[in-house]
Amino acid sequence: MTDASAAHSSQHPPYLAHHFTDIEQQNESGTLGMWLFLLTEIMFFGGLFAMYAVYRLKFFEAFREGSHRLNVAFGALNTAVLIGSSLTMALAVRAAQLSRRKAIIFFIILTMILGIAFIGIKLNYEWSADYREGLVPWMSFHVESPNAPGVRLFFCFYFFMTGLHALHMVIGLGIMCVLLRMAAKGRFDEGYFAPVEVTGLYWHFVDIVWIFLFPLLYLIGGRY
Amino acid sequence: MSVHVEPVWLYVLVFLCLMVLTATTVGVAFVDLGSFNTLVALTIAVIKMLLVVTFFMHVRHSTALTKVFIAAGFLWLLLLIAFTLTDVGTRQIPQQPEGWGSATTVVPPPK
Repeated sequence: MTDASAAHSSQHPPYLAHHFTDIEQQNESGTLGMWLFLLTEIMFFGGLFAMYAVYRLKFFEAFREGSHRLNVAFGALNTAVLIGSSLTMALAVRAAQLSRRKAIIFFIILTMILGIAFIGIKLNYEWSADYREGLVPWMSFHVESPNAPGVRLFFCFYFFMTGLHALHMVIGLGIMCVLLRMAAKGRFDEGYFAPVEVTGLYWHFVDIVWIFLFPLLYLIGGRY
Repeated sequence: MSVHVEPVWLYVLVFLCLMVLTATTVGVAFVDLGSFNTLVALTIAVIKMLLVVTFFMHVRHSTALTKVFIAAGFLWLLLLIAFTLTDVGTRQIPQQPEGWGSATTVVPPPK
């Protein structure tokens, strides 16, 4: 190492990349980049929501019939579980901002438990029940109704949208495993917590997708 | 711009608001409001989204550039859905009344 580079590296912390002026600029760039990724996700899910809107208007009765075969209680419970996991994720980011290593690990584990609970409820109480009741297109679809083709279309949307959402959650859980490892090594403090922050953004985005999926899939046309 | 550490009570308050709104959206679904059921459900969902974006995602402390990005994202989503529905909703245009346009453009009714 030359004297010049030794002098240079002493001027800034090791986590500050060369091409940034200071850590604030680096953090802002990271946050902006994460939002740019989330915008592509908005358009990704947006295409599904647009097609959903078209077919819901076209086959409203069938969509209502399909929607009423879903279990509102489990849908609402899962909404609560996911919002709870957003709270714990926000608290994990806060712990990182305050350099509280044990609190970061605690809140990430809590977030993961709630995330796994969401997927568990979905698999164990909803998708498996849908399968037994004959609501899964191409696998077990037996609906006695004049609207059966439209109900089948509704369940195609239901399984694709909730499936894609669950896939995002599984990816999020994988990222959190990496975060746990980094946190355990003491990589995060008030100077550097960008990975926790952007994972939080991703997790909250997944929460927002569910906030829209819940009323759009479970509560079509009211349940009275 | 330095790091803004929010107090814990703020996060808990936002969480409680989200829970109350979830309970409201379920409750309203069991009341017959006709076509307004969908409107109410979507309005509540948008309020919940704004709460999450503003507080959990720290957008209230974000730079102006980040806010412009987010606004652009939602604008494009709105365009996607609005123009799709405009198209699908106007596929069956009623027949032109007599006397509109020149004779060459009016399609004669089938006999």
